Amino acid sequence: MKFGIVVNEGPFTHQASDTAYLFAKAACEKGHRVMRVFFYYDGVNNANKLSSPQADDRNLVKLWGALAVEHKVDLVVCVSAALRRGIRQEILAEGFRISGLGQLIELSMAADRTVVFGD
Amino acid sequence: MLHTVNKSPFERNALESCLRLAVKGASVLLIEDGVIAALAGTSASDRIAERMNDLKFYVLAPDIDARGLGDRPLVDGVEVVDYGGFVDLVAAHDAVNAWL
Amino acid sequence: MVEESCTEFETAGVKKHFMFVNRRAPHGSIYALESLEMVLISAAFEQHAAIVFIDDGVFQIKKGQDTKALGVKNFSPTYGVVEMEKQDAEEDDDMDMVWRIIVEKESMEARGLSADDLIVGVEVLGAGALSALMDAQDVVLSG
Repeated sequence: MKFGIVVNEGPFTHQASDTAYLFAKAACEKGHRVMRVFFYYDGVNNANKLSSPQADDRNLVKLWGALAVEHKVDLVVCVSAALRRGIRQEILAEGFRISGLGQLIELSMAADRTVVFGD
Repeated sequence: MLHTVNKSPFERNALESCLRLAVKGASVLLIEDGVIAALAGTSASDRIAERMNDLKFYVLAPDIDARGLGDRPLVDGVEVVDYGGFVDLVAAHDAVNAWL
Repeated sequence: MVEESCTEFETAGVKKHFMFVNRRAPHGSIYALESLEMVLISAAFEQHAAIVFIDDGVFQIKKGQDTKALGVKNFSPTYGVVEMEKQDAEEDDDMDMVWRIIVEKESMEARGLSADDLIVGVEVLGAGALSALMDAQDVVLSG
């Protein structure tokens, strides 16, 4: 089955990004395809490579990037939400790309299931 | 339809609105702080208990455990799932509705 | 960009029922504005859409919003564009796209509002009818 995931919140402040990541990982491990994760609202902050959590804590930005590589998941950050929040190409973490809001609609059209994670 | 509720019934009205708008036969998965609604013996327990005949309720185990609630009784009829179970629930329902 | 990740999806001929759920008041958070932006972008994809206002979301379309003293953008007139897209779709025989703007009756009345207080024309649906519509959707996007 093909999944689309939407993440509405940034890393750490809300649990949404953790839950979305664990869901995406579980889906891939079960043999499903996570086509794209679309980061909207504060979710764009998941793509900030400057995020430096404590060394003994999970690094969500890197975890998402690793998931993208391991399971070929397209990580898309909404350009308008990103601009508002200062997420620009020069600080974009490995594995993410910036694109338009239309990519969310397109994802939902193409996927069998769309799951939203937010606050 | 699978409804997900991620906020405590003591914090937000998300569960209340979900239960008002979920049709008979739908499933409700409690995640994150939403797992609090699955606890027996709280002033919110009845909200789930009263709908046990027409909705299926699930609760995400890692969120129960993280909050130290693994030793607390849950409302009768709530089924505990892990992330694999969460994925299976999404696959088994036509669509997912996240109540935030 | 990740090598070999598929960024192009096959969507030709796809026609789904989308529901955009709005449950928060405007201005206390950005969800109302960015959800509206999502609805407007979706018009280009000619999918069916139910734009639904539940709980405090009904305040998003309240008439008479005056944000001058806050110094924030008053985006409420932009809901008129949603209404326009809906009407264009209704009038265009070649377009297979049905848009509905819906307010939950219980939410509206609990907040002392009526349809006359709202900035766009809406269908007022009771919880029973709205729940049936919700259950029939292919995609639900919540902000």
